[in-house]
Amino acid sequence: MAESEFAQLQERFDYLSERESADHLAVNCPADKLVELCTALRDELGYDLLLDVTAVDWDVQSPRFTGFYHLLSTTKHEYLRIVSDCTDDINPSLPTLSGVFAAANWHERETYDLMGIRYEGHPDLRRILMWDEYPYHPLRKDFPLAGIETPLPAADVAEATKAKVLPAPMMGGPFVSSADGPMSQTEPSALDESWTEQKEKPVPSASPDGGKKN
Amino acid sequence: MATTTKEISIGDLGARSGEHETELQGETMSLNVGPSHPTTHGVLRLKMELDGDIVKTCDPVLGYLHRGDEKIAENMTYNQFVPYTDRLDYIAPLANNVAYAMAVEKLANLEVPERCQSIRVLCSELARISSHLLGVGVYGMDAGAWTVFMYTFTEREKLYTLFEELTGARFTTSYTRIGGVARDIPDGWLGRVLEFCKGVLPVLDQVDKLLTRNRIFMDRTVGIGAISKEDAIAYGLTGPNLRACGVDLDLRKDKPYLGYEKYDFEVPVGTTGDCYDRYLMRAEEIRQSVSIVRQCIDQFPEGSYYAEDAKKIFAPQKAKVLTSMEELIQNFMIVTEGPQIPAGEVYFEAENPKGALGFFIVSKGGGVPYRLKIRGPSFCNLSILDKLIPGHYLTDITVILGSLDFVMGECDR
Repeated sequence: MAESEFAQLQERFDYLSERESADHLAVNCPADKLVELCTALRDELGYDLLLDVTAVDWDVQSPRFTGFYHLLSTTKHEYLRIVSDCTDDINPSLPTLSGVFAAANWHERETYDLMGIRYEGHPDLRRILMWDEYPYHPLRKDFPLAGIETPLPAADVAEATKAKVLPAPMMGGPFVSSADGPMSQTEPSALDESWTEQKEKPVPSASPDGGKKN
Repeated sequence: MATTTKEISIGDLGARSGEHETELQGETMSLNVGPSHPTTHGVLRLKMELDGDIVKTCDPVLGYLHRGDEKIAENMTYNQFVPYTDRLDYIAPLANNVAYAMAVEKLANLEVPERCQSIRVLCSELARISSHLLGVGVYGMDAGAWTVFMYTFTEREKLYTLFEELTGARFTTSYTRIGGVARDIPDGWLGRVLEFCKGVLPVLDQVDKLLTRNRIFMDRTVGIGAISKEDAIAYGLTGPNLRACGVDLDLRKDKPYLGYEKYDFEVPVGTTGDCYDRYLMRAEEIRQSVSIVRQCIDQFPEGSYYAEDAKKIFAPQKAKVLTSMEELIQNFMIVTEGPQIPAGEVYFEAENPKGALGFFIVSKGGGVPYRLKIRGPSFCNLSILDKLIPGHYLTDITVILGSLDFVMGECDR
């Protein structure tokens, strides 16, 4: 069933390719066609509810960042996942969908905040969950789970108390197994060994990048 | 004694008040509500510009409860994340547990037995009753009707006792596991749930009498905070907030999961999408949920409460672990490496009390998700605030926030 649906979509939008999915229909779309595709999907095919915008950091792979969009049709009750790779690994960006779906505004702010993807043309691309001056994008894979030492958001409080945002005392944890490799290597081990009783506190590994507004 | 008279010209009163108004215009006051304020039901902060009593702009500030749940999820096994889902919508933790377990099971293409499904339906619906009882009660309080809160909280207390009996915890239940639930229902529990259902209906009637045709309550809510159908869809509203605007979308009906198609229930849909309609939605949904709970108990299936075939996903029974070698190994593998879930990308959302709670999971195989994204319905429901609030009186903000019935734990994650 999904195949015929995809054939219909591809007939209308020839730049799409089908993406492997464990559930509903998923398509790959080039970033520059995203706005065009979503406008057409909303107006002509009834995919009017933007449920979710997010991104995945593939770490060492290239393209490193991939944007994911989930749409739902309130009339046909069908889901659709649109996937779009960011071409630039260092300064990832995607076109904004906030002109098509008002819901995209906050979702894109969140993805920008946590993953560091710039949404070109976004009317108000500020951080939404972390504070404005925060220099990192915590959901990136090179950001340690424990966190990185950062100044407090309120400068006056920081000066009076000499307090900072400190990494969590992970002590080698959490202990999780990795998915690949022989069984002897999939035994649980510490993923984040940035700070143990023996080792010193971590040095920032994720580089402060375009956290501040250009 | 000499009397002096002084002539004061008052002129045209109407014109004077007109002058007065023009004088004030352009002078706005900025007002900061929250992050710690009873109206905001958590730690939401609103930066507003007021012109007199009327809000001109509103900028919601989030993130005070951000704990990085998505980052945490990438660093632990699937089952270890279940307690974190309690803390999303902490008014209805059982419904979150169910939604999360179902998302992972969808990725594993695992079908749980009927009994397990029925237990989960009970969990979801009781959680919905619990959430809406709070939603309606607190909403009444926001609008100035204190009494309702006392009635609904008495009923929630009984629900908590039932949850405690079922899960061992009143608040943070952590009841589901991937491929099943933590334990079977206790003896006689279904009877006590039915008793609760019997008791809650008269209370709903009382709440109905106290609020639905209450002059003050209606004056404060009818026509206030109206959202159009188009706006609601554009801003990605879900759940009762969306249905109040006249959009008939309930995932239990339209994308049935957990065998919801077996139950006979109605989805209330509003017309104007104002604060009053949002109240009516929740009040009616409690009744529908009670009806689903009763139907579910009527046809409660026998069988297993977990997927017995899923040897790499659901940990074996404790008694067997202590006596049998194979089960011991199975238990060891699941505890240390986590449930073995195949690689893939999956998005699943369930109709939770606050709206559609979605989980998007990217797995590279093994016991740990590569990326887990939580779509919190409260986050989307709140994104309409900067459009909805401007133009309303300051006193209406309390009512609008109350009617949206959001939870910051789920919004900030």
